[in-house]
Amino acid sequence: MSEQISHHIPDALMASYVAGSLPKPFALVVATHVSMCDECRANLLAHEAAGGAVLETMGEEPLSGDLRSRVMGALDEQIDVTPDVAETPRKGVYPGPVMAALKGSDPKWKKLGGGVRQCIVDMGLEGSARLLHIPAGRPVPEHSHGGLELTLVLQGAFSDATGRFDVGDVEIADADLEHVPTADEGQDCICLAATDAPLRFRSFVPRILQPLFAI
Amino acid sequence: MLSVNDDRLAKEQTTPEAGLLSMQTVEKARLVATKSTKSAPYSEQTLWMLAIRDNRDKRAFGLLFDHFAPRLKGFVIRAGAPAGQAEDIVQDVMLSVWRKAHLFDPERAQVSSWIYQVARNRQIDIIRKEGRPMPEALKAEAEDHEPDAGQVIALEQETGVLREALERLNPDQRDMIEKAYLGELSHSDIAEATGLPLGTIKSRIRLGLERLRHELKDLRER
Repeated sequence: MSEQISHHIPDALMASYVAGSLPKPFALVVATHVSMCDECRANLLAHEAAGGAVLETMGEEPLSGDLRSRVMGALDEQIDVTPDVAETPRKGVYPGPVMAALKGSDPKWKKLGGGVRQCIVDMGLEGSARLLHIPAGRPVPEHSHGGLELTLVLQGAFSDATGRFDVGDVEIADADLEHVPTADEGQDCICLAATDAPLRFRSFVPRILQPLFAI
Repeated sequence: MLSVNDDRLAKEQTTPEAGLLSMQTVEKARLVATKSTKSAPYSEQTLWMLAIRDNRDKRAFGLLFDHFAPRLKGFVIRAGAPAGQAEDIVQDVMLSVWRKAHLFDPERAQVSSWIYQVARNRQIDIIRKEGRPMPEALKAEAEDHEPDAGQVIALEQETGVLREALERLNPDQRDMIEKAYLGELSHSDIAEATGLPLGTIKSRIRLGLERLRHELKDLRER
């Protein structure tokens, strides 16, 4: 499936993900896309190599005299380390990182109007990430967003003014883009969408409903 | 897509007898390749890390510590750790390196990349109290996964090239790159920063991943 992906994670987002400075909702999209895309996995490893080069060329700071012996002395200790969290396995169209965000359970959908359903998977100060379920052939209400919006297709496909997005593709929409993503005919489209700012719908009614839907 | 380095490697192996492609030559090249999986051409760092991973070798860990701990201290101080906490973080990261050594795979990450990643994850855990979302792991290179020496060496070389490129940048550019990988820049700041050429290392890593996928497919079909 990976060779069909034509819309990838740009370098700046990948570098920021690797460095840990990317807002969490976006980091979820990056981790999910990398789970589906070898090209971006290679890109991720390349950025880690760049991080390694930064570490390698970093100016050295002198250590206190006993640090080495403290560390060497601790090698045999049975320290109560938190064990590595077991990876949450993928389920159906939902890759591991999405299932982890859902805490292993199936998405709980809520109606958003026009047959579109959503399930919030992460919400916090850094923005929000949600799953969108768009019936085949139907549009998502026209919206713009204060910040950046990343939309990753997990099932089906959608199209908007900027192009067509298939399974594994990521659409990157900045604040200026007002778009009407419309699901392709044939199969319902499921996406993971993340923003670092609240969405603003264009028409009046959805706008007053926004607090109710928490989007 | 072959990187420049593949050509260079191929040349180095065949040049002495160029033009005399006999069975003897092929056999010789094969012997060189076999030998290289057993010993020498890996970098010191890789050999230390493999000794730690496979033999829990404390002497090797001591050497790794002497190389990386002072750099890690510089790194975490630049990343904003209070001076008083910097050594605690260094200790924590180095112990994580020891405990997570089984995850080290020289085909996919050179030692400095791997330690960078361990360090970032520890700092992120400390700051955020929760991990960041992580991609699915590539499943089980199986216990008997034999690393491809050519891939390991090529990755070491590419990492060296990257390091040299970093050192050649002018001070402002280098400062931006350092800030980016220390987690001090937002993604939009990074988008504006002109950076390191990652093209060759990307294609090198990609080749390794393709090979790995291929192997995994074979494993599944067996």
